[in-house]
Parts: sequence; structure tokens; C-alpha cells
Amino acid sequence: MSRRRSEQRLKRLIMSLTTRWMSGELWQYREREIGTIIYSLGCFPSQADLHDLIAEVEEDQTGYIHLDSFLPVMSKVLLEHKFPPIPEDLLLQAFEVLDKEKKGYLEHEELTKYMTQEGELFTQEEVDEMLTALADHEKNVVYYKDLINQLTIDPDM
Amino acid sequence: MQKEFPVFSVLNSALNTISAALLIQRWYRQHVARLEMRRRCTWNIFQSVEYAGEQDQIKLYNYFGFLMDHFTPASSERNLISHIFRKNEICLDTEWERYFCYKSIEVTKSYTGPHLTFPVTFCGVSKLVEAFKHKEQLHARYVLQLLGETWRLLRTFPNISHVIACHTKPITICGDLHGHLEDLLLIFYKNGLPSSDKPYVFNGDFVDRGKNSLEILLTLFGFLLVYPNDVHLNRGNHEDHIVNLRYGFTKEVLGKYRVHGKKILKLLQMIFSWLPLATVIDNKVLIVHGGISDTTDLDKIARVDRQKYASALRPPKMKVHGCMTKMNENREREACGQVEGRRRVCSLTYHSSAPDHRHDLPRRSLNNTPVCSKLDLSVDEKLNSRCRLSGFDQARCELKKSDSYLESKTTETDLDEWKQIVDVLWSDPMPQNGCIPNEVRGGGCYWGPDVTEEVLRRNNLQLLIRSHECKQDGYEFCHNRRVITIFSASNYYEVGSNRGAFIRMGPDLVPHFIQYQASTTCRELTLRQSVGWTERSALQALREQLFIHRSDLISAFQEFDPNNKGMISVTHWASTTERVLNLGLPWRVLRPQLVSSTQHGMMDYQQWIKELSITEPKLEISDNSILDTMYKNHSNLETIFRIIDTDHSGLISFKEFHQTWELLRSHLKTEISAKAIADLAQSIDFNKDGSIDINEFLEAFRLVDISAHN
Repeated sequence: MSRRRSEQRLKRLIMSLTTRWMSGELWQYREREIGTIIYSLGCFPSQADLHDLIAEVEEDQTGYIHLDSFLPVMSKVLLEHKFPPIPEDLLLQAFEVLDKEKKGYLEHEELTKYMTQEGELFTQEEVDEMLTALADHEKNVVYYKDLINQLTIDPDM
Repeated sequence: MQKEFPVFSVLNSALNTISAALLIQRWYRQHVARLEMRRRCTWNIFQSVEYAGEQDQIKLYNYFGFLMDHFTPASSERNLISHIFRKNEICLDTEWERYFCYKSIEVTKSYTGPHLTFPVTFCGVSKLVEAFKHKEQLHARYVLQLLGETWRLLRTFPNISHVIACHTKPITICGDLHGHLEDLLLIFYKNGLPSSDKPYVFNGDFVDRGKNSLEILLTLFGFLLVYPNDVHLNRGNHEDHIVNLRYGFTKEVLGKYRVHGKKILKLLQMIFSWLPLATVIDNKVLIVHGGISDTTDLDKIARVDRQKYASALRPPKMKVHGCMTKMNENREREACGQVEGRRRVCSLTYHSSAPDHRHDLPRRSLNNTPVCSKLDLSVDEKLNSRCRLSGFDQARCELKKSDSYLESKTTETDLDEWKQIVDVLWSDPMPQNGCIPNEVRGGGCYWGPDVTEEVLRRNNLQLLIRSHECKQDGYEFCHNRRVITIFSASNYYEVGSNRGAFIRMGPDLVPHFIQYQASTTCRELTLRQSVGWTERSALQALREQLFIHRSDLISAFQEFDPNNKGMISVTHWASTTERVLNLGLPWRVLRPQLVSSTQHGMMDYQQWIKELSITEPKLEISDNSILDTMYKNHSNLETIFRIIDTDHSGLISFKEFHQTWELLRSHLKTEISAKAIADLAQSIDFNKDGSIDINEFLEAFRLVDISAHN
């Protein structure tokens, strides 16, 4: 498929995912929402990746991005599979690394510590949300093996 | 299709803690983002269906207006609907007092609900709130008495309330409540009851949709009576008896007060028209329910005779040349319009420079099918011939000529005033500059950041606070933080759909937001659960819309299936569905949740439609097209019946039913014959007494999803 056509398809897809407000070809979008869009297109960039991508696209410091600047960059990302999904076994390994005592689960404090002190830090809000969503409510621990099976990507795009 | 990257080939060497954390964080953020997208999609569904309903009602109302302008004064059809357009009765206040007198209503010993003594006190109203919390109902006598006092008080208020912010008394500002008593109680719990130390502004839309609209009103009015200088109520677009017919408030009142409901509704109608239109804090912060337009002028608003506008949907004078021209232009456009393009509705007040746009702007209405344009013209012909026969047209022209000199000036001012009010109650902000008619809702406009700047500057203000639109977090900034939307009804679309919020503001005029969510379940739903739940509900609402439009959908699909194979491409399915339903939704994205299987990008649409069948008809009606028409126009029918049922008895006669149907035929674009309707009427005369019970009728055609029981 030609570059142009794939960009058009991408554009339609993005527009369908977002608010009803579009003023013709020039379309402004807020920076923090770009991350959401990119994720929902099936990509798994890190925060650093996101910042680089946005820097490539953003023209001025207003925090708004023009769709026309975004499309070619995003097209390239998709065509080159730049931020592929994380394989399940690797994810499992990651959890096992954090589970130093090999218990088969992670406790609230453990997960909180790692998420808020290592890597691309979570905010307290993100951690709280994660724990509410993922933890077993009775035992207050996260059984990560079960999670990985349950929370795989939806094949809907 | 996963490419392997060098980093991932380190499967055998141990990951260190940092890399592990990074992976998990990346994975989780992606997961949350996808959930967020699903949530937004769900939101769009609810909102689109909601606004389509509002637009639908305004179209209906416009249609009636058009009929009123064209039918002879004596025709029976005109009589049927004239009372919704009748001029405000010019009665003396003393006559109204007599009509609304509560004194003859006795509170018997068997009444176990709350008692109210007058003049109301803080204690009395707090006890009332407690009683409402325990689901008690206030006696009709006290209701009428309370409302009567409120009416008298509101008449002394100006159109714009002015408030001074003060250090010791921060002002609390609440948005739409829509009958959600639990949210009001939650606000009082978090923030305290209104008092002279705790001033409140309630920014409209107290009623409709939720089931405790009346309790909310009584509570707010109660506090208003006790603290008239510290409780400020702004009118919303739902403080309008015509809107209430459709969105549940009228039904709620009549259901709770079978004997006195009608009086209560009438008194409320007058109270609504006396509600102030805006509140200004320290001459710097403007609070209105909907918003503004490029012509908003606070001085004009301060001067209008606000009680003339019992319903913002209709201007006070009917000999409006401009309005009729607009209707004619729109019909022409509709007849020759293309199918692509934005949704358009004859907007209530906006007089665009139509002649230039007539051929450029594509226009379509809801449910547009090829049959329509033909039908349109024949309605036109019919109406024209009727007018000609009666000589009404000629008479009207002459009338216009003679009046025009006298009427023109008043009419201009009236229209101008009316537009000021509609804009303030119905408008929504948009991200682009400019000011365009709000065609999604059908009234008011969409205004841009440049209009905000200009209007604020012109009126020497620094901030605009409005409501009118549901926001996921209960509030939202826009227009460079010069506009705040505040919405106080949590779980508005569905349990878990959104939070509610209110604002606290001190003399520094910096808004502080408090958010909350009323919940009947003890445990908070996780993000994933609440998204799932809301999504299911939204999809159900969407399936209903698809179901009721199925005949239109099938005809439209067949255009792409000339060989009648029963298959179309997914692309065509998406574009066609949007064309028919006109909801502005991302159908391709929704496809996996609505269509069970596709093959090589094609789908079996006949099978799909069959699978959508979600209801068993409650009546033995063989004619599917009648059923479909009933389902599709359920809300419209309800509105119309309640309009016709002037004495609120809940019954209409066969003759009235038949007349209504004739009236509606062209608007609903249906070709159901008079005989079919007569038969239908017979079959729904459940009591066999020659009249139709409205509630039973509507119940018979309410969609019931069998699959929901699984």
C-alpha cells in the first residue's frame, strides 16, 4: 500500500477514535492525549519514546500538535513496528525478577516500591489504580501469573 | 507479527530490576490507555444518543410550529396542538393565587410524611431533606404552599443575581443535578447545608432524567426561602415544561401526585419562567447554565421580561416572517440535498445568511431515505392547497402587510431578546474560533475561544462558569482556562460513567474542585470493571437504535448489494450505518462489538439484522412497519400524547389519536394508512372503553431486551 494511502487510513482511524471536533485538515491535539492514541493503535512505547516522538512532531511549545505533522511520523512507527507488544514470557520474567523470594505473588508494598522508585516512575495515583485493578482483594497481593493470561491485548484493531 | 529486537533476545540472561520495572510500567500504561479509549468510545455513544434525542425533540417542536403557522385558525388540528403555543394567559396574579390555593387541601391524620410550617425555617427544611433521604413524600398541600411562596419570592428577583465573594464565606457552585437526589445529598454531606455562612449557586437543570427531580426542587426552593440572599438558582434548559414532557419530569410529578399533579406542574411552569438567568460574582465571574454567543449582552439580559418565556423553545410572538422563511428554505434544501455532510437541523434562532448557502451546504435530517423528498413535496402541496382553499394564505399576507409596520419593531426586539435567552441556556463551547448554530442540540450555538475573550472583555469579566454538558471528571476547563464546565450529576449515563463535582470559590476567585461519585454498591469498581459495565450498557443502547432503524438500514445496505447476495463490505457497512443513524460514531472501531463475524472484510447484513432482534412484541401486530415506527418514535409519541392530554388524565380518545397520527405522518415520514392506525387503536384500547391509556400504549411499544435477562 502506498504511503499516502496508509496515512489516509491512519488519519481516518485516529479521527474515529477521538472527539467530534475537527476543523478540516488542520487539527489540533493535546500532547498528553497523543500517548493514549499511540497506545490504542497497538504500540508499546516507553515514556522516553513518547517524549521523543512528540518532540519530533511538535512545532511550537503550545502543547498542541497538528495532525498533518503527526501522521507521517505515526505511519512510520506503525510500518516499522517500532514499539511492538511485550511478549508474555518476557513480562512474566520481569515480574519474577521483582519477586525476589519467588513467592508467586507480589505484595502491595513490593510493587509500590518498584513502580514508584525504579524505571519510569509511576505516580502515586497510577500505583493506587494498578493495585485496585490487579490485586486480589482478599489477600492484598498480586498474582502476576494469572494477570498475564487475563490482560492480553484485545485483537480488535 | 512481532519483530524481535536485540533487547528482547536477552531472554536467557537475567533482567535487572530496572529493566523489569520498565517493562511492567510500559505494559501497564498501554493497558490503561486502551481502557481509556474504550471508555471514551462508550462516552461518545451515550452523548451522541442523548443529543440526538434533544435534536429530535426540537425538530418535532419546529414541525408543530410550522403547522401552527400554516393551518387555518379554526382547523381541529390546530386546536389540538394550539395550547402548547398559546400566549401566556394574562391573568391577574390574584387570580393565580386563587387557582393555586392550597388551603382547601386537607392533611389527614393518615399522612405519615413530613410536615412543613410556614414561614419555613432552616430546621424545617433540614428535616425535609432527612425525610426525602428516607424516601418519604411531601403532602400536596405543603408542596403547593412551598411552591407558592417560591413563586412570590422569585418575582422579586432581578434577571441577574449579583453576589459578593467573602473571606469567611466561600461560595459553592453546583452544576446539573437532573433529579439525582443522592448527588445533592452527597454534596450537602461533603460541603454542608446552605446557610448565610454557606452560600450556594445552583446552575440549572435540576430536573428530568433522574427520579427525584421534585424532591430536589423542593429542597432547593426550601433553602431559597430561608436564605434568599445566599442561595442562587439559575435557570437551565430543562427548566422548561415542554422539555419536561419528554424527559421525565412531567411523568414523575403526575405519578407522585395524581390528584394535584396538574396544578403543581402549572405552578412550576410559572416558577421556571421566573428563575433568574445568570449569576455574577464580584462583577468578575459569570455563571450561566449553557453558555454564551457572540451577541451575548449582559445589559440586554438584565432588561428582558424573563417571565414571558415559559419555554425557551418558542419565541413569544408567532407572526415571525423570518422563522417561516427559514422553514421553507430548509425544506428546499432537504429536497435537493446530498446525503454526505454534517447533520443539520433548523436551528431555533439562528438566521444564517441562507441564500448564499442554499446550494453549497449539503443537508440531511435524521432518517433520511429516498422516499422522503417525495413525501416532503406532497406535504408541501397538501398544506399549500389547504391554505389556498381557506384563503388563509391571502389573509395572512394582508395581515402581514398591515401589521408589519407596527409589528416589525416589536418582533425584532422580541427575537433579539429570545436569542439572548436561548443562547445562554443551550450553547456549548467548541475548540475552534467562531460562533455557529448548535445543530447537534438544535438550539443556541457553539462558541469559540475568541468569542469567550471578546464577551468577557466587553462585559469586564474574567471567568465563565457553565454546565449543560456531562464531563467524565465532573468538571473541565476550556478556552485557555477562561471557561469551566461544572457538572454535578454523577453516574449520569450509567453507573460508573462519570464523577460529579462542585466548585468552592473565595474572594481570590480561584476555583477549587471537589469531586465525588454516588454509588449504591459498597466496593468501588476497578477501572476495568466500570469500563466494562458502562460499555455493555452503551452498546445495548446502540443496539436498540440499530434495531429500531433496521428497515432503513436494510434498504440502505441493499444499495451496495445490487445482486442481492446479502453481503456488504465492512467499509460500506460503517459508512451506511452512520448515514442512517447520524450519530457521529466511529463504527469501524465499534464493529467487533456489534458484528459477530466478518469474512475477508465482508459481512452478512441480513443475518446481522436478524441477530439484532431483541424484543418480542407485546401485541399481536402483524405489520412490522407499524411496530418499527412506534419503536423509533417512542419519545416523540410520548411527548405528543402528553401534550394532547391537556387535563393530564392519562387518556386520549380514538379521535385524538387518529388526529395526532395524521398530523405526525409527514413529520415521521411514514406511510402507514389511516385504516392500519384505526386497527391499531382498537387493539390497544385495552380497557375497551373507547379511549387509550397513554402509559399502557407506551409500555406496549417499549423495547425490551430479552437477551438482557441472560
